[in-house]
Amino acid sequence: MTLLEARSVSKHFGGLLALDEVNLSLQNGEIYGLIGPNGAGKTTLFNVLTGLYSPDHGEFFFNGEKLIATKPHMIAERGIARTFQNIRLFGNMSALENVMVGRHVRTRAGVIGAVLRDARTREEEDGIRSRAFALLQYVGIAEYANNLSSHLSYGDQRRLEIARALATEPKLLALDEPAAGMNATETAGLKKLLEIIRGDGVTILLIEHDVKLVMGLCDRVAVLDYGKKIAEGSPQQVQRDPAVIEAYLGGV
Amino acid sequence: MSRWEKLKRNPRAAWAAFILIAVLLAVLPFLADTLLSRSWVRIIDFVLLYIILALGLNIVVGFAGLLDLGYVAFFAVGAYLYALLASPHFGIHLPFWALLPLGAGVTCIFGVLLGAPTLRLRGDYLAIVTLGFGEIIRIFLNNLNAPINITNGPQGVNKIDPVSFGGFSLNQSHQLFDINFPSVHNYYYLFLALTILVIFISMRLQDSRIGRAWVAVREDEVAAKAMGINTRNIKLLAFAMGASFGGVGGGLFAGFQGFISPESFTLIESIMILCMVVLGGMGNIAGVVLGVVLLVVLPEALRYIGPFEQALFGRVIVDPADLRMLIFGLALILVMLFRPAGLLPSTIRKREFEAEDEVEAQNGARA
Ligand SMILES: Nc1ncnc2c1ncn2[C@@H]1O[C@H](COP(=O)(O)OP(=O)(O)OP(=O)(O)O)[C@@H](O)[C@H]1O
Ligand SMILES: [Mg+2]
Repeated sequence: MTLLEARSVSKHFGGLLALDEVNLSLQNGEIYGLIGPNGAGKTTLFNVLTGLYSPDHGEFFFNGEKLIATKPHMIAERGIARTFQNIRLFGNMSALENVMVGRHVRTRAGVIGAVLRDARTREEEDGIRSRAFALLQYVGIAEYANNLSSHLSYGDQRRLEIARALATEPKLLALDEPAAGMNATETAGLKKLLEIIRGDGVTILLIEHDVKLVMGLCDRVAVLDYGKKIAEGSPQQVQRDPAVIEAYLGGV
Repeated sequence: MSRWEKLKRNPRAAWAAFILIAVLLAVLPFLADTLLSRSWVRIIDFVLLYIILALGLNIVVGFAGLLDLGYVAFFAVGAYLYALLASPHFGIHLPFWALLPLGAGVTCIFGVLLGAPTLRLRGDYLAIVTLGFGEIIRIFLNNLNAPINITNGPQGVNKIDPVSFGGFSLNQSHQLFDINFPSVHNYYYLFLALTILVIFISMRLQDSRIGRAWVAVREDEVAAKAMGINTRNIKLLAFAMGASFGGVGGGLFAGFQGFISPESFTLIESIMILCMVVLGGMGNIAGVVLGVVLLVVLPEALRYIGPFEQALFGRVIVDPADLRMLIFGLALILVMLFRPAGLLPSTIRKREFEAEDEVEAQNGARA
């Protein structure tokens, strides 16, 4: 079953066409890789998908319905969560609190509940806390629960971003270069984590430059170049595609 | 672990400290009255009033990170609302118990109205626009005396009803158990009760889903949005909550003073309240309280410079009013140089050291 479909999505910045009639379709439960040279438009696609930018034209269908809501928080509510290429954690909050913020969209307590702290609010708050802690354990950084997120190592910050995104209970997890800045061991650990996440039923859209990771992990891969999708298929197919080789080597 | 943390872990010591503080607060006006003077009780009343105001601004600036330089507008709206609905000006005399929630509610709406146009702005731009709004409100109050006289213009509103509960007016001395409670003492207890309530609400909000959302918006608005926070609503909520504290403070001010005019609500007032928040430690409730105490008490204490100079040199060399502001400014600069995060910065850093304990505890519970 198709989870996400992009239909001829375009986006330009001034004279620069960052996305040019991009079509994508992600199946439920797969890990879908999005690769391409620097400046190809990968991050822009994420930004358009998650409502940070509005597309010039084209549309997204998610879970069979059109994504009309262009507000980022509504996209999160619909079940798409993301991480950022340049890590965007809440630096002065602890790791645990960062993940607790991720629970915001699935919880209800308002001002009255917060002030009165009635049984329901307490229960919800306990749930938020234990769920957040469990997610930290899930991504393997529970020991740093009370550290400021800005004090974590690079790799752990990337894991924390994943935990925070998972806290919103996404159907689709969009990861923008999660292995950037990781060493080989950390990358191997990340690969394992992503496989577990997929195993738990979350579809993953992965932007990544690490070829080994993409080849080893993705079911299918799409290649962007200058905003255009130039290839799509299994990692092996894409690797052999002359257009892809041209895109990566041609510019050098 | 700090002394404070240790105290928290020792329930007996904590109770002892709590009772000590409670007793101290209960007798504070009498202490100040006997040891210093009646006017110091009045100053303490103002400390409490400003704590209410500063904690309101702290929600906007400290929690949600929205630099608001027009906060005094809400103080003004609260004060005028009280004054117009409880004075001979219109001949309306609503009771205090109705005015207090009404003031909170109306200023809440003002908070949303003034907050809404600023939602896309951040930092300097937000500061400039809110500053403008603050001035606009004051200018309105100054000029709304013609063609219909609503605010009585620069003359202000006079003979405002004192706060009273039924026939129990706080403006008169009362006799209880052979103890005489003068007016300033009565107001002290009312203000203290409301201050405690406001501190309580602030603490509860800070440690809640809403409080976390505010901090998330402050830390990174884009990430907050992407995590599903409706940043528009959460910012408006901060403006509304902050404004309602300001409105309550305004109402109390009007009842306490008995007279208000637009002059009380100038930009400098906004800046003073902002200084209180920043000096003590933005976002930290105890810090804000400390900031208020210092900034209200220090200028008053510095009034003694005049007599001090007189005693020391036999004459007044530097005009005490000038010197007072000079020392005051210097103190502010020194604090900002040596403690840029405020005197009592937010405690989040301390928690790092407790991390290990907690993980052990959690693991122990799971094993
Ligand atoms: N907000 C923006 N304003 C103007 N131009 C932008 C903006 N965002 C992206 N671009 C441009 O759009 C193009 C695509 O950028 P994008 O960040 O999507 O590339 P990318 O594929 O993620 O590259 P990388 O691998 O370096 O992250 C680039 O030329 C970039 O400069
Ligand atoms: Mg990118």
